[in-house]
Parts: sequence; structure tokens; C-alpha cells
Amino acid sequence: MAKHTPLSKEFLKGLWEQNPIFKQVLGMCPTLAVTVSAINGIAMALATTFVLVMASMLISIIRKLIPNQVRIAAYIVIIATFVTIVDLVMKARFPVLSKALGPFIPLIVVNCIILGRQEAFASKNTVFRSILDALGMGSGFFIALITLGGIREIIGSRTFLSYQVLPNAFEPWLIMILPAGAFLTLGLMLGFINMYTDRKKNLEKESLIDQYRNKTKSESAGTVAAQEGI
Amino acid sequence: MELFIIFISAAIVNNFVLAYFLGICPFIGVSNKTSSAVSMGMATTFVMVITAIVSWLLYNLLLVPYKLEFLQIPSFILVIASLVQFVEMVIKKVSQPLYRALGIFLPLITTNCAILGLALFISMREYTFIQSIVFGVGAGAGFTLALTIMAGIREELELSDVPVSFRGAPITLIVAGILALAFMGFAGMI
Repeated sequence: MAKHTPLSKEFLKGLWEQNPIFKQVLGMCPTLAVTVSAINGIAMALATTFVLVMASMLISIIRKLIPNQVRIAAYIVIIATFVTIVDLVMKARFPVLSKALGPFIPLIVVNCIILGRQEAFASKNTVFRSILDALGMGSGFFIALITLGGIREIIGSRTFLSYQVLPNAFEPWLIMILPAGAFLTLGLMLGFINMYTDRKKNLEKESLIDQYRNKTKSESAGTVAAQEGI
Repeated sequence: MELFIIFISAAIVNNFVLAYFLGICPFIGVSNKTSSAVSMGMATTFVMVITAIVSWLLYNLLLVPYKLEFLQIPSFILVIASLVQFVEMVIKKVSQPLYRALGIFLPLITTNCAILGLALFISMREYTFIQSIVFGVGAGAGFTLALTIMAGIREELELSDVPVSFRGAPITLIVAGILALAFMGFAGMI
């Protein structure tokens, strides 16, 4: 079954079709908490993607060695190891970012996206496919975080990646950088994305119906013409 | 007095769900009915208090004396996972009605970031043993409070006319945003 999906599809499905945030609504805690600014979102997404790719790779390599009964525990230990690496590297190289993200770097361990991908994909597929899938999901997470962080940063503090983009005359909406702003922005985003996909689905349905109608009309017209000819 | 401040801070002012965004998954997933929200809240509070005790002991008696602080993430998550299993077995043996009420929620608690967050906050803020327990009780109470209020609102939402695209997760998040705004009113208390 998995063999027939093209490799590019394994990567691309994470970007939109099965986007972890917009479509599967997984991993909400870090998404809401760190997206005060776009740079925090980027750092969080990169850290998560690193853990996701490394864990997927390792688990798909040793997937046949892990006994089925203890697989969840084994996944958690592997994930926790990579999270520790990220945490220590961040503390040493990027102390400011590490402080801004606070406990949310260690909390990558319990991010449902990572455990979910291991259980649903890496434990059943080859190494190369698992890496592609992890990269795709990570990029989807990245897109979601940078959009959410960007919107909140632009409206909440007039800047994007610390460059001022809105004029001083614009009064920043303080609520956007507070917890309430995170909930409201993500709720509205999810709602509008649903609206867009629903409309697209309806349009497709209508165009199919139209096609069918035209087809039957021309067929019936054809038979009428043929009968008249006789 | 200090203990009281820790309790109020964890339960209301810095509510785990609405201010720190910890435990959003059960908050969105289980807040459909008030009864299941209360059960989930109680189960989580129970595990939180035990986690507070065990993680404090683990961190201060084992990891710090032997300079193993870098192992705190794997050791905490393993302790939490086995603790949840253990609690499940004990409840199953001791009280069947309680097990039936909490049963399905217990395995979910392992991946609840509020529990690991609690353990990490305790080691980060260097709480004493008693403070840790109070912090655990407060965080659990805050989680239960947020979950129950949300479930009450969602029961009413079922009857109202929400646009089709906004049903489910989107409207829940928007309501949570308004709730978070309301909880901000407590911000000046401490």
C-alpha cells in the first residue's frame, strides 16, 4: 500500500493536506505558547523538526527490533534523548532564545505530533520514507508557527522578525501578544481554513454535477436529433 | 501565607491551561460534557500531586547530589509514565467504581504536557518539598476549574447556531480566548 505513494507525496502531504496544526489539530500547547513573535515560532519549529526527523530515522531503522508491547516507552526514551540534545545545545549557543522558550523546549517530549508520527508512520515504513514524512510534517509545523507568530507579532508589536513593518501611528493591539490573543488568532485561522476547504469542496461537487448534466443533455439531444433524422 | 500565594497563583492567576497553555489537548478533547470534565480534572489533579512528590524527591535526592541534572527530561517522563500505569493498577484493585469513572482518562494523562510542565517548573523554581505539593494541588485545581468552565460553556454551545466551518476546534479556541481574557482580570492579585 505504502509502496505505491510517490516519494514527493510523502513530503508534500505534511505541508497542507495533513498539516499537523491546521488539519490534524495536534501539538497545540507549544503552538499557542511560543508564538508571541515570529522568531520564537521559527526556533520552536526548527527544534521540533530536528527531534522529529532524528527520532523518525532512528525508530524506522530499529523498528523490527522493538517488541510491540514496550514500543511506546521505547519511542519516548528515544524522543527524550534527542530533546535533551536540543535543550543543551540551545542553552549553550542561544541562551536568549532558550530563556524565551522556557520549559517548552523540554516539553517537545510530549508533543503529540512527534509520538503520533512514530506510531502512525515511522514504525511501519522504510528509513528514507520516514525521513521525508518527518521533514514534511516539520515543515508544515514551521509554516503554521511562522504564520501565527507573524500575525501576532505584526499586530501586537508592529514588527516582523524585529523589523518595524507598521507605522508608529498604528496603535499595537496588546491583546495579540497576551495568551488570549493566541487562542483567538488560532481559532479564527482554523475557522477560515475550514471555510476555504468547504467552499472548494462544494465548488468541485457543483462542477461535477454540471459536467454530468451537460453530458446527459448533449446525449439526449443527440438521440433526439437521431430520431428526428429517421 | 507564602504557600497560599503559590496555591492561588497556580490555580487562578497563572492558570496552567489559560495562561501557560499546558494541557491544551485534553482541554479541547475532553471538555464536551461537564461530568467527564470533572472526572478528567480529578484524575489529573491526583497524578499531579503524586508527580510533584516523586519528581521533587527524584530531582533533589538523586539527580542533584550525583550531578545528573542533564538527565532530567528522560527521567521525569519515564517516572510519569510508570506512575500513571501504577496509579491505574492501584485504582483498579482498590475501587472499581472510581476505575470505571477515571479509567479511560488515565492513559491520556501520560502525554498531558501539564504533568511534565509541573515537574519542570518545580525543578526550575527550586521549590521546597511542601511548596511542591501545594503547587501540585493548585495546578490540578486550576486545570479542573478551566476544564469544567469550558465544558459548561460547550454544553450551551451545542444548542446555539455556530457557522458550520467554525464548529469543533475553532469555536472552542475562540471561547478559550475569551475565558483567558476573563482570567486576566485576576492578574493584579499577586
